[in-house]
Amino acid sequence: MNDPINVLTLFLFNIVLINIPLLYGTVGEIVVEKAGSLDLGVEGTMAVGAIFGYLAGCAANSMVVGLLVSFLAAGLCGALFAVLTVSFQANQNVTGLTITTFGLGLYFFVGKGMGERWPAMTVASALVDGFTARELPLLSKIPVLGKVFFSQNLLVYLGVAVAVLVWWYLNFTKTGLRLRAVGENPGAADSVGVNILLYKYVHLIAGSGIMGLGGFYMALNMSGSFEGSNCWINGYGWIAIALVIFANWNPVMAILGTLVFGFFNTLQIYSGALAGAFPGGLGWLNAVPAQLFKALPFIITAIVLIASSVRKKEGSGQPAALGLNYFREER
Amino acid sequence: MKKILALALAAAMSLSLAACGGGNGGNNPGGSSANNPGSASQPGTDVSTPVDSKSDFKVGAVYITSQNDTAGYTFQHHNGITTAMKALGLDPADLIVVDNVPDNDDTAVATAIDTVVNQGADIVFGISFGYINAMNDKAAEYSDVIFSHGTGYMANDTNFNNYFGRIYQARYLAGIAAGLKAKELGNNNIGYVAAYNTEYAETCSGINAFALGAQSANPDVKVYVNKINTWGDETLERQAAQALIDTYNCGVISQHCDSAQPQLVAQENGAFGCGYNSDMTEQAPNGHITAAIWHWNVYYQTAIQAAMDCNGDASKFVENMGGNAYYAGLAEGFVDASPVNEKTAAPDTKAVMDAVRELIVSGDWDVFSGVKLSYTVTDGKVEITKTNADLVDNAGNVIVAAGGPSVDDGVIKGSMNYNVAGVVEG
Repeated sequence: MNDPINVLTLFLFNIVLINIPLLYGTVGEIVVEKAGSLDLGVEGTMAVGAIFGYLAGCAANSMVVGLLVSFLAAGLCGALFAVLTVSFQANQNVTGLTITTFGLGLYFFVGKGMGERWPAMTVASALVDGFTARELPLLSKIPVLGKVFFSQNLLVYLGVAVAVLVWWYLNFTKTGLRLRAVGENPGAADSVGVNILLYKYVHLIAGSGIMGLGGFYMALNMSGSFEGSNCWINGYGWIAIALVIFANWNPVMAILGTLVFGFFNTLQIYSGALAGAFPGGLGWLNAVPAQLFKALPFIITAIVLIASSVRKKEGSGQPAALGLNYFREER
Repeated sequence: MKKILALALAAAMSLSLAACGGGNGGNNPGGSSANNPGSASQPGTDVSTPVDSKSDFKVGAVYITSQNDTAGYTFQHHNGITTAMKALGLDPADLIVVDNVPDNDDTAVATAIDTVVNQGADIVFGISFGYINAMNDKAAEYSDVIFSHGTGYMANDTNFNNYFGRIYQARYLAGIAAGLKAKELGNNNIGYVAAYNTEYAETCSGINAFALGAQSANPDVKVYVNKINTWGDETLERQAAQALIDTYNCGVISQHCDSAQPQLVAQENGAFGCGYNSDMTEQAPNGHITAAIWHWNVYYQTAIQAAMDCNGDASKFVENMGGNAYYAGLAEGFVDASPVNEKTAAPDTKAVMDAVRELIVSGDWDVFSGVKLSYTVTDGKVEITKTNADLVDNAGNVIVAAGGPSVDDGVIKGSMNYNVAGVVEG
């Protein structure tokens, strides 16, 4: 009754569908961290992007408006982080945590404040349509993989495009090079005339904006149903911070990281179905405690961390000045 | 200069964080000065004075989330307590509450209980399972105050009891609705999004009762359980429900988890569902059929009345309650199935459910027994046929031999740890 190939395809398809917000969060955080700032407020930033993007998208019945507003709303969180840590030199860790608390608070405040006026996604046909799967010509005809990678919604393709674009920007443009210099050694960058303040502000805002797009994705993936018992983002923001390390601060590697983390994330839901479809090969999945699936990505992250520290600095993408505030007079 | 500024900002932020955390209680929980006996032990130190005026009686509660919630577990309990207070002539505005008390932190629970007691509460309700140790300790410490703990198993013989209900009876009724719907759809696959399964008697008894109810209406159904390993997580609940529909083509989705997401997913996919805790027809009018629900006010009214009858002698509470564990079901009106949504239900659903409800209320039959039910409906008249049959778990072990009595004590004492035949881990 249950075709094993079908179950496998569904499982792989959902790994991509469910976990793409991780990619947005990770790529956004990479942009922020490449500017030398450690923003622990990803969770809150995504929540703010999600709720305002969704509400605006519904009101205007437009994907573009939704994307734009989620980018801007989350960008404002980034601006707040920048004001506090760059201009006022506040501790980055504490500020990041504050942004998370603030963002989640704002999410619930706005959501519960809407009450009965909360818009159902079915009202906004453009959002429903925008989130419908699009089959790419030819590619989607490949067995299994065609469905998994090339029959997704537009925001999945956009996420991958953003990741590749950011990778190109960081590695192959002059401003990208300067940005990396700011993250590695702001004093040196400053001495050759890079405007540290401007670079930090722009990239903290842009990075946070990208996180916000991930939040908007989560909103659509939840069909915009707000119940207010827990936040849509649901810890994805925290996983994204771990993914940055896993991906070694490389946006293209983040795509792979998203799939790896997503694999375990979704395995939790699909373990029973997989065990049922492949009783011989995967029957043991039912005996694995779900807590292990939740822990595995972080165990892998720990291993990656150890591996990269054993290799010393060589090949590590971590900006040298990450988490340190830059104070010009102390240069 | 820079360091001072950074320090000042960091300090301001951590202070604001602390302020948020502390503000939840609406009271200063750390204030040990509030421990003076003035208001705390009023009923105890002055045992001879009976509480003659009803309005003198103070009710307190410790909540896992907020009394301002508009849905969910705390909402249901808060609603129950305030409804009971109104019925007993108490002013709900006098209810003493500490909100947002995490149930994995004994110290926080103890502090919350101190806060409630120090404001003069005569009875303290703790609604979450994890409050169990703190409730037990505080019941010994404040022997002049009554403690009542929901979903727990600890108690003493004087001022501390626990309470829960035979929600499995309501789930059996919901199962009937699901089984009839499956029959109407011609699709024997039913999905069940569960917080946990055999780890807790509460969850697996619910799954089993639901499956048995569904099988009574349609012997061919299979119940696929997708467990999410948390009591509430909107995202996971949605994903699990979607996976059940995608992989098993389930036409009906039931649930034991906090949010209405499984019902919403069912509706979005043109499927149907049975909710839990509240009548989810409100959220999913085109998908939801009926939900297993609690009428917490039934217990709270009984308990507050019993506490008021103690006339200040808290040690008589357990005696007044007729025991230290309250475990009522359909008969007492403590649990029930929510009104059937005629728009989604299969024909005769309500009639069959009503007939079985009557049978359970009469006490002649209970869910986990060696007697199976089946139904024939003619012109709206329901005839229940009882057949002796083994109650078998899904590994083939006989739990109750044909004709044997119900093993509901497996639920009450928490020892049930199996799934009945027809339940599949999905």
